[in-house]
Amino acid sequence: MLSMNNFFEKSDISRSEAENIVSDTLSKCDDGELYLENTKSETLLLDDNKIKNSSYNSDLGFGFRAISDEIVAYSHSNEISKNSLRQSSENLKSTLKSVKGTYNHEIPKSNKKYYDNINPIEQKSLNEKIKILNEVNNYLRSKDNNIKQVTANFLGEQKSVEIIRSGGESLTDVRPLIRFNVSVMLEKNGRKESGVYGVGGRQSYDFYLKDENWKSVCDEALRIASVNLESKPAPAGEMKVVLGPGWPAILIHEAVGHGLEGDFNRKKTSAFHNLMGQKVASEGVTIVDDGTIDNRRGSLTIDDEGTPTEKTVLIENGILKNFMQDRLNARLMKTRSTGSGRRENYRHIVLPRMRNTMMLSGNQTQDEMIKAVDKGIFAVSFGGGQVDITSGKFVFNCTEAYEIVNGKIGSPIKGATLIGDGPSSLKEVSMVGNDMMMDPGIGTCGKAGQGVPVGVAQPSILINKMTVGGTKL
Amino acid sequence: MVKDQEFLEKKASYCLGLAKKLGATESSVIVNNSVSETVNFRNKKLDESNRSDDLGISITTYIGKKKSSISSSNLLDDNLNILIEKCVEATKNTPEDEFNSLPDKDLLAKEVKDLSLYDDTHIENNQKIDYLKKLELAASNDKKIVNTESSFTQNKSNFILANTEGFCAGYKTSSFTASSVIVAKDEKSMERDYEYSSKCFFKDLDDAGELGKQAADQTIRKLSPKKIGSEKIAIIFDKRIAKGILSTFASAISSSAISRGTSFLKDKVNQKIFSDSINVLDKPDIIKGLGSRNFDKEGVKTDTLKLVEQGVLKHYLIDTYNGKKLNLKSNGRFGGTSNLYFENGNISFKDLLNSKSKSLYITETIGHGSNIVTGDYSVGATGFLVENGEFKYPINEITIAGNFKDMFQHITLANDLEFKYATNSPTMMIEGMVVAGK
Repeated sequence: MLSMNNFFEKSDISRSEAENIVSDTLSKCDDGELYLENTKSETLLLDDNKIKNSSYNSDLGFGFRAISDEIVAYSHSNEISKNSLRQSSENLKSTLKSVKGTYNHEIPKSNKKYYDNINPIEQKSLNEKIKILNEVNNYLRSKDNNIKQVTANFLGEQKSVEIIRSGGESLTDVRPLIRFNVSVMLEKNGRKESGVYGVGGRQSYDFYLKDENWKSVCDEALRIASVNLESKPAPAGEMKVVLGPGWPAILIHEAVGHGLEGDFNRKKTSAFHNLMGQKVASEGVTIVDDGTIDNRRGSLTIDDEGTPTEKTVLIENGILKNFMQDRLNARLMKTRSTGSGRRENYRHIVLPRMRNTMMLSGNQTQDEMIKAVDKGIFAVSFGGGQVDITSGKFVFNCTEAYEIVNGKIGSPIKGATLIGDGPSSLKEVSMVGNDMMMDPGIGTCGKAGQGVPVGVAQPSILINKMTVGGTKL
Repeated sequence: MVKDQEFLEKKASYCLGLAKKLGATESSVIVNNSVSETVNFRNKKLDESNRSDDLGISITTYIGKKKSSISSSNLLDDNLNILIEKCVEATKNTPEDEFNSLPDKDLLAKEVKDLSLYDDTHIENNQKIDYLKKLELAASNDKKIVNTESSFTQNKSNFILANTEGFCAGYKTSSFTASSVIVAKDEKSMERDYEYSSKCFFKDLDDAGELGKQAADQTIRKLSPKKIGSEKIAIIFDKRIAKGILSTFASAISSSAISRGTSFLKDKVNQKIFSDSINVLDKPDIIKGLGSRNFDKEGVKTDTLKLVEQGVLKHYLIDTYNGKKLNLKSNGRFGGTSNLYFENGNISFKDLLNSKSKSLYITETIGHGSNIVTGDYSVGATGFLVENGEFKYPINEITIAGNFKDMFQHITLANDLEFKYATNSPTMMIEGMVVAGK
């Protein structure tokens, strides 16, 4: 059975009293809910040959939201008590003085679940986790004499949420999440370079660590650092770019993902707001945002408003089909929520956000793409990215890349920022690979000061023209 | 209202007592409360109100040289009992580290000076709304403005830091912050820019009308940008971007990066890392300073440091743990710098613009392109082409790149320093960087 969190167990307010306050506060509003959250999380960090940090966090609180037309009133607190909830209610009422809401769109029901109700923190003892971190350190340091620094960490979390809507409807979810990261620094002939790799998702530590799976994470971090030790300055200017499969899909996330979130399009501040139904990418480019893939970092059984998630087609064969919506923006744009309403935690309001954003496979091979490039770069691994959704300009930072000369992969090049224009860059995609791959499960997306776990995926792609921000003219 | 000292002290001493009873040889605790009220406007109308009341506690327990920590937002004794027991248990199971310890007792702050960091004024939501109305009215004058989003936040915080060496201190702080994000549009482009003001005291906050006008002007002038070719060109960083370069410098001299060997500034103390005239200060006792404080997050007193003198690096930013590892005393920089700034240069902003026949003035960068291991820097940028001291036209979709080791040696500063953030720089010119464009 579900070991659901009882948020009212240690409180001076009963569930039915809380339900009454919710119904009373929201009676004339368009929408809103009481969102309760209890998160338990741990961090274990090995650094510089030692366990540097072992910490545990327990975070409890509620966020109370009332919406009337376009106006959102929000109040949150750590104290789940009669006094605190009443004060929040008064706060909301004072903002929405003369409300008359009519929106009564029911939350769709679904029995599907995309992860198990587990607490990953409790599934492995502290001693076992410390032992693996020490093994990681010893394994890497014995592999290469140039290793000067190893950092490895575990992050584990269980988040229990309950959403209480007007009339007493209750929706619940228990979300496990873990992450394992390794970073190494090499030093050779006075030069230092680093490499980072990690894995994670919504399942137990064991899934990622069994059969010494952790060794492949170490090997990958070391490989990236070793490649960078031999890298030369990156070129500067416009050129052809081949992106490898998987994590480089940060490109999709930045170039089109954020620009297709409902809020920016309702406000007409996104470079995409007037492009619905139009061609925004090359033929053969199909992009979806999917919250329903089992155990993935960006997956959710229900979003933070209680709506079951789905697979939303954003761009189909080059044509813009849908935006990602929460309930507020869906109502104002006269459409339905796509189950994309998310928040970092109870301290924050809901915004439309990405889940797992993916470009689907085409027919070409990576080899064909490399062969088609006279002068350009082949980018394999990335650090992160950012976008200005209004101008549409986006960047992403390579952490492993090579030059391509006359159809062949050449020397590794130093990390550089790539910059492009969202609405036009996907029209420059001239080949789509047959090798779609998910990222390893480490992405966190930031928007309006809120970080949420997300995933990305793509096949190899060839982009005809992007600006590479190196130093070699 | 924000919780008073007595409540926070009571919680802190309860935790220290319980940790000791359960077997901790030493411990420290921080209890904080922060009450924040925000009103947002969009297109001259109320858009959002947000009230947050955040409690937090974090406890670190030691058993000899073993250490572990917990944190929580639930301050009920029942919950604290469970967590502290868990923390002491985890401490027992965590390996020893010879450098783990509370700060040296003689380094702890002895007095708490009144730095005027708390304004008791309470700005009701109606007053916030009046401020925002005035702001958005001034911001919406031009027909090219298609969206305005503005925000006013009042924050009141209080905290107590206590440890088993007898340290127990804390104080209230406040901040009043107004900001405005503007979107403007013409036939060719849509652009966004912003303006912002944050002060400890409400009466010091920028005038609403001025702030709105500034945000709008800065956005409109970005319309119809061009992309330029790739070249080596002098780059002038607007103050709001120049301060980011100073922040990267601060992370590269943190004792943690130095002791781990992961900084391009390791072993550079007493060496010349900046051009001759450059001085960098970290001054914690500025009255009403946004980064001002009496002590760091470990309770160590924080004195003014002249980090860079005439281009020469003089100090790292040292905390207790990494200090012990480097055989240096903590200088009260656990958690970073306080009010960090470059001292003014010798020439005016106008003369700086005029000093090259052609340069690039950068008003925004995007991407996380600073690597403190290698010193490599590469970010996306937006700005203006400057010719003979005049702004010619806006520029976007370019990158700027270099390496901090070279960039620091080629900095020229204007004399227009102001204390708008916790970290501040005058307008800055760097020669020898590469722009990638067409």
